Amino acid sequence: MKSLALLAALALPLSAHAQTDPADWDAVIAAAKGQTVYWNAWGGSTTTNDFIAWIGDKVKTEYGVTLEHVKLTDTADAVTRVLAEKQAGTDTGGAIDMIWINGANFAAMKDAGLLYGPFAEQLPNWQYVDTAGKTVQTDFTVPVEGYESPWAMAQVVFVYDSETMEPLGSMQAILDWATAHPGRFTYPQPPDFLGTTFLKQVLVDTLDDPSVLQQPATDENYAEVTAPLWDYLDKLTPTLWREGRAYPATGTAMFPLIADGEIDLSTSFSPGAATAAIANNELPDTVRTFVLDKGTIGNASFVAIPYNSSHTEGAMVVANALLSPEAQARAQDPGILGYGTVLAIDKLDTDQKALFDALDLGIATLSPEQLGTVQAEPHPSWMTRIADDWTSRYGVAQ
Amino acid sequence: MRNRLLPVVPALTLLAMLGPVLAGLYGTVLPAFGHLPAAGLTGPNLDAFRALLAWPGLSRSVMLSLTTGLGTTVIALTLVMLLVAGWSGTRAFRVLERLLSPLLSVPHAAAAFGLAFLIAPSGWIARLLSPGVTGWTNPPDWLIVQDPWGLTMIGGMVVKEMPFLLLMTLAALGQTDAARARQIAAALGYGRTTGWLKAVFPRVYAQIRLPVYVVLAYGMSVVDVALILGPNTPPPLSVQIVKWMGQPDFTARLLASSAALLQLALVMGALLAWRVGEMLVARLGLAWINGGHRGAQDAPVRAMALTGGAVAALSVLLGLGVLGVWSFAGYWGFPDALPDAFTLKTWMRQGDGVLAALRETALIAGVVTFAALILTVGCLEAEYRHRRTLTQRGLWLLYLPLLIPQTAFLPGLQGLLLTLGADVGRAPVMLAHLVFVLPYVFLSLADPFRAWDMRNGTVAAALGASPDGILWRVRLPMLLRPVLTAVAVGLSVSVGQYLPTLLIGGGRVATLTTEAVALSSGGDRRAIAVFGLMQTGAALVPFALALLVPALVWRNRKGLQHG
Repeated sequence: MKSLALLAALALPLSAHAQTDPADWDAVIAAAKGQTVYWNAWGGSTTTNDFIAWIGDKVKTEYGVTLEHVKLTDTADAVTRVLAEKQAGTDTGGAIDMIWINGANFAAMKDAGLLYGPFAEQLPNWQYVDTAGKTVQTDFTVPVEGYESPWAMAQVVFVYDSETMEPLGSMQAILDWATAHPGRFTYPQPPDFLGTTFLKQVLVDTLDDPSVLQQPATDENYAEVTAPLWDYLDKLTPTLWREGRAYPATGTAMFPLIADGEIDLSTSFSPGAATAAIANNELPDTVRTFVLDKGTIGNASFVAIPYNSSHTEGAMVVANALLSPEAQARAQDPGILGYGTVLAIDKLDTDQKALFDALDLGIATLSPEQLGTVQAEPHPSWMTRIADDWTSRYGVAQ
Repeated sequence: MRNRLLPVVPALTLLAMLGPVLAGLYGTVLPAFGHLPAAGLTGPNLDAFRALLAWPGLSRSVMLSLTTGLGTTVIALTLVMLLVAGWSGTRAFRVLERLLSPLLSVPHAAAAFGLAFLIAPSGWIARLLSPGVTGWTNPPDWLIVQDPWGLTMIGGMVVKEMPFLLLMTLAALGQTDAARARQIAAALGYGRTTGWLKAVFPRVYAQIRLPVYVVLAYGMSVVDVALILGPNTPPPLSVQIVKWMGQPDFTARLLASSAALLQLALVMGALLAWRVGEMLVARLGLAWINGGHRGAQDAPVRAMALTGGAVAALSVLLGLGVLGVWSFAGYWGFPDALPDAFTLKTWMRQGDGVLAALRETALIAGVVTFAALILTVGCLEAEYRHRRTLTQRGLWLLYLPLLIPQTAFLPGLQGLLLTLGADVGRAPVMLAHLVFVLPYVFLSLADPFRAWDMRNGTVAAALGASPDGILWRVRLPMLLRPVLTAVAVGLSVSVGQYLPTLLIGGGRVATLTTEAVALSSGGDRRAIAVFGLMQTGAALVPFALALLVPALVWRNRKGLQHG
């Protein structure tokens, strides 16, 4: 955290480059024409990659914007890149035009003044966004203030093989089940995004009052608040796949483990991913999903534009295209991507609504009602400390 | 013009090879000691080293780097030596040689994917034996891939390094008068393996010492194989350095730099320890040789060596085979030996991406190899015309970029390139690839180039050919086969580069290798298989051409067909 403070101290006020005012959308479209947008986004999933390619085709035909997907293994790589450019004085003409981002990475970049904006709420398609019912204006409790634009909703679901087990209602039930079935459950290795999300899910579900997580962690309350988490993990770890001596790298890396019969239960941050994976031959068709009785953690995925982006206007055009009802309906189609929409369906006109009504959510996807309560993301300061502690407790000394 | 240029080519070559290494090391040292002016940090101080020492995974990470590096080298070297000792000159050896040689060009990442798909508890071997032999309906919960000791990773490295050491050994054998030494040993009653080890090994080892050091340094610092097969709680130091490089704050960057220097020290220390080990082995070996034992019980050692060689070759070949099956697989659950259905879906779906990555890979590999070839031929021709032979010290310089761990200088080089405002993308990546391609091209071309019968040149000169004319119209055409082989080696080295492409390209340069390793974090095996196979093809096809083209061009020149 010291380094974040350092970054904040280094942050310079955003200088006004020759970037077009997002409020003047016609000028943005005019400037965007012919630009090539380098979108740095995680590239580990075929379905996501295909969706990004589709968006690329759409902005190419509609706006003359070329979209290049820079496939990352870790979003932090992109953050580092922008940082390195700032160090090197590359305040214009940076290599990255857009980043798929949220949580700690967003907080770090926003604090350090590494983001362009505000732009999100000036995008024409912002009018459809569900600002009342979905967490699109805060990201892990950090106010977004227009510095990133939402494009998908995620919520923790548990993915299980219905042939071998039944849905479970709480983290305690999962621990009991794992103890009775050793080696059949695992989660991605923190600091992987889904890995830390799983830890937060444990914390939220085992705490009597999780509201304390909405405030930054302090030296005084951290140990006490997280004690149930470590107690839980001490019991869970020996029952994990490979006894917790190895972990899958990411969420989608757990799908082949289910298909291979190595595990029966895993987690996902995308309610429709299991259905999409079944369609893609990556999961057996007996796989289903469940959520916990008290609800599960949910958040929005965002795109942000670095302060030194070379093609800011093109990036805004892509961000706006991602918010279009057409793209949102496509993203929600479990045969394609299976991400939740960030739009409010009641703000759409009849034709646009029809796109969503036509969707068949698929056999392994829960309906919005079944997904139940969405638990808020804890403040990012919890995640950073928990990930560090997890590494020293379970990540390096097995 | 060329005559004025030629003498500077050797200097240019050294600059291309060592310049980026030295610049990168400089760019690593400063942040390691807390000096990062752009971030408002001015050193020198030891904070980064203190933080590194406080990292709880350090001792295990360091141990893993040492054990995987030393384990790989000891096992690969022992197997190759025993194989050559016990079998060279036999039919079985020729078969194995033919099996192993093409594997030299299989990229490390592809071989590692194949191996993982083969030997995991739910892998192809388990599927073939289940449930019939094993009785498993679910795979056992065994930690084979990513085991905490890095044994699988060592296995993966051994099967990839054996072909390299074997080829180096075969090249060295020609210069050691091995056949006669073996005959004399046999006449004196020594067993096949024992006789070779006592009479030939000391001479061969002196020739392959530097390649052995390269294997040791590479085994200690490899990243892509470690990501796929290595342990992750914690990972080997090299992987941890790359992870720190990828974290969004300055302290992690300082930590990565200090760890990179530790990595460099570890490799240097291991090389030194290996040198001491050489002297020990030499002393013990001398006593063994003087003992005069004839080694009548060679047979089990011979059998073991052949088995080891065959297992290594087969595991890579079968690994590539299972990649092929996965790339066409419909749903494929455990314990089915084959998928429910075969489909072209994955190839069609990945087609565009694969072709784009192939174009990028081919462009980079082509340009870099061409540049390396020009520099190499320039150096060798300058040596020939001006009698500047490469000394032993020069050979060390050639190997230096291969002995310094990539993780020690690439992060620093990335930082420096950015500071210089050098644009990211292809050109800097090509420069970084050249550092690794150039030594291999030079090493594969140097011996055949020097072995060319100079009397051909004398005759051509007597017929009125200029020095340039001799080079272009006599020497290079006669050396077509070794030139094409050197090109194939260069291309395959470039195709396999992971870290230089990733770090120097700023993530924007997507080659088959970076795409395949990026996909490995996701777990879509079908896509991984497609990229792994394409990567292998990109490296293997040039080798096939290097064999085929001379045979076609020289079909009516019998004397040149094997030259």
